[in-house]
Amino acid sequence: MTKAQKYSLIGGGLFLSLVAPFLLPQLATQLTMLWLMVVFALTWDTLGGQMGYNSFGNILFFGIGAYACAVLQRDLGLDYFIGLAVGLAFAGVLSSLVAIILGFGMLGLRGHYFAIGTLGLGIAAGEIAGGWDYVGAGSGMVPPLYPTALAGRELFFYFLMFALALATFFILRALYATKFGLALNAIRDDEDKAEAMGLQTTQVKSFAWAVSALFLGIGGGLAGNLLGFIDPRDVAFAGATFGVWMVLMAILGGKGTVWGPVIGAVVFHITQELFWTYLLGWQRVALGLLIVAIVVFFPNGILGTLREQRPEWFGEKVEERA
Amino acid sequence: MSALLKVENVTKTFGGVVANRSVSLEVHKGDIAGLIGPNGSGKTTLFNSIVGAHPIDSGSVRFEGKEISRLIVPTIARRGLIRTFQQTRIYAEMNCVENMRISAPDARGSVLSLLSGFSNQVDIRAEELLDFVGLASKRFLRAGSLSFGQQKLLEFAMALMSEPKLLLLDEPTAGVNPTLINGLIDRLVRANKELGVTLLVIEHNMRVIMNLAEHITCLAHGEVLAQGSPQEVRDNPSVVEAYLGVSA
Ligand SMILES: Nc1ncnc2c1ncn2[C@@H]1O[C@H](COP(=O)(O)OP(=O)(O)OP(=O)(O)O)[C@@H](O)[C@H]1O
Ligand SMILES: [Mg+2]
Repeated sequence: MTKAQKYSLIGGGLFLSLVAPFLLPQLATQLTMLWLMVVFALTWDTLGGQMGYNSFGNILFFGIGAYACAVLQRDLGLDYFIGLAVGLAFAGVLSSLVAIILGFGMLGLRGHYFAIGTLGLGIAAGEIAGGWDYVGAGSGMVPPLYPTALAGRELFFYFLMFALALATFFILRALYATKFGLALNAIRDDEDKAEAMGLQTTQVKSFAWAVSALFLGIGGGLAGNLLGFIDPRDVAFAGATFGVWMVLMAILGGKGTVWGPVIGAVVFHITQELFWTYLLGWQRVALGLLIVAIVVFFPNGILGTLREQRPEWFGEKVEERA
Repeated sequence: MSALLKVENVTKTFGGVVANRSVSLEVHKGDIAGLIGPNGSGKTTLFNSIVGAHPIDSGSVRFEGKEISRLIVPTIARRGLIRTFQQTRIYAEMNCVENMRISAPDARGSVLSLLSGFSNQVDIRAEELLDFVGLASKRFLRAGSLSFGQQKLLEFAMALMSEPKLLLLDEPTAGVNPTLINGLIDRLVRANKELGVTLLVIEHNMRVIMNLAEHITCLAHGEVLAQGSPQEVRDNPSVVEAYLGVSA
């Protein structure tokens, strides 16, 4: 792929993203969810792909964000849009703080121990939220309603989520290009070596989780408002759906790259929506089979497989450079 | 002159196995010191004890006069005491240049200081050192795709990149193509003389260590068997016996 081809592809994608909600207004919510999926996959990949720590608990930060935003919106009594802005900022910051605190304990666990440890996070949080009256306990929370006098609710959330996905993409891409990004990869390849070379691995790992939690928390705040209802187990801490999908989308697209999770999220979300439309009743079976197929046939993801087949598209020189 | 590294009466046991028993040794600034001994005599264990990879049972390790035996690995590394691994450890999925960049001293700063790109000086230094170990033409290859010997050379270059005051090398010539060993020894000496890096080298190859080191410690069954100049150690009857007893 030449540079020109690449940029026209990206430009085309951007253009489509801008006009899609106008062309397909009846799909606006699904399209907004698509950008949430992109945020899910990208933020999961920070630890899972770049750093080699498979987290099954990232849904925690999404759920905290959803609740934190809604609680502030409810209790501050501000104008809707100001309340939403404050709520989203708080959602991101609180999720990050939780990631830092959890990180110092959990990121000391290696390999499978970390993965299994994080599995419990979402489940525990769902139970806590489901029993806590302050956040509506089992009946969940309804965030304040978008002003009825104003039109364009769908478009408003679509473009907010789109902006979040873009910000996540560009900020992560910029971070991966720094020393920090290389430190993540070093931890992935050999953490003992990284320690022996004096890298501040504990700080690096916690910071990485905090960055990922920041975007997830904001995404949670937005999603709560978009869906209009926060169920503790089926929305906020939906480990069996959102929590698993994060992992799958990143793997499907290609771990450890910036475009992989984006491609994985788009392919996965569209496939999933098609299953719901055309295989109603069987959509979960189909999804299960898709998951198996992903792991069996695309262990390196779409990008990883392409890279093996067509290394020249990635500007890789296979032979040595003198 | 006070020692750069002073190990005193270090004992380390694994369950019932005494891997190091009351081991003492000193390395002076500017030295090339050797550590020899038959397989399983506790050489790697002593390295691990020095760099903080495991807690020692008793004894003291001082670096630049300060006790380090209770510090953790990265803290000790940041003070300028760097080790390489017997099994060789590099970042396999990264290319050689990236391996070098992340080994530079400025990669050891706080996470906030890492949020910027690489300086030109780092890249220039990385090129120089890759050239120094003869890997310049491989610099954009995945480190994991290099041969074992080349990975050893890369690991050595990474260690130099980190600008250590003291470098502990665990069998740097093991697995290196015999035709390259003389070149490698030459580079160890140059790192010592030109870059001013003090070296403590574990080496199985007697010919290599006798030519390289100015001062040698020989371990056997976890204890210091002999210490002194290469000549003294080689002529020590118990060293001869330990080596012949094991490998003959
Ligand atoms: N982590 C460990 N757990 C249990 N025993 C260990 C451990 N590390 C080393 N040992 C034991 O300690 C003794 C010394 O091992 P060490 O690796 O230090 O020897 P060495 O001199 O480096 O040998 P070689 O020349 O083969 O590298 C051996 O008996 C070994 O089995
Ligand atoms: Mg050893």
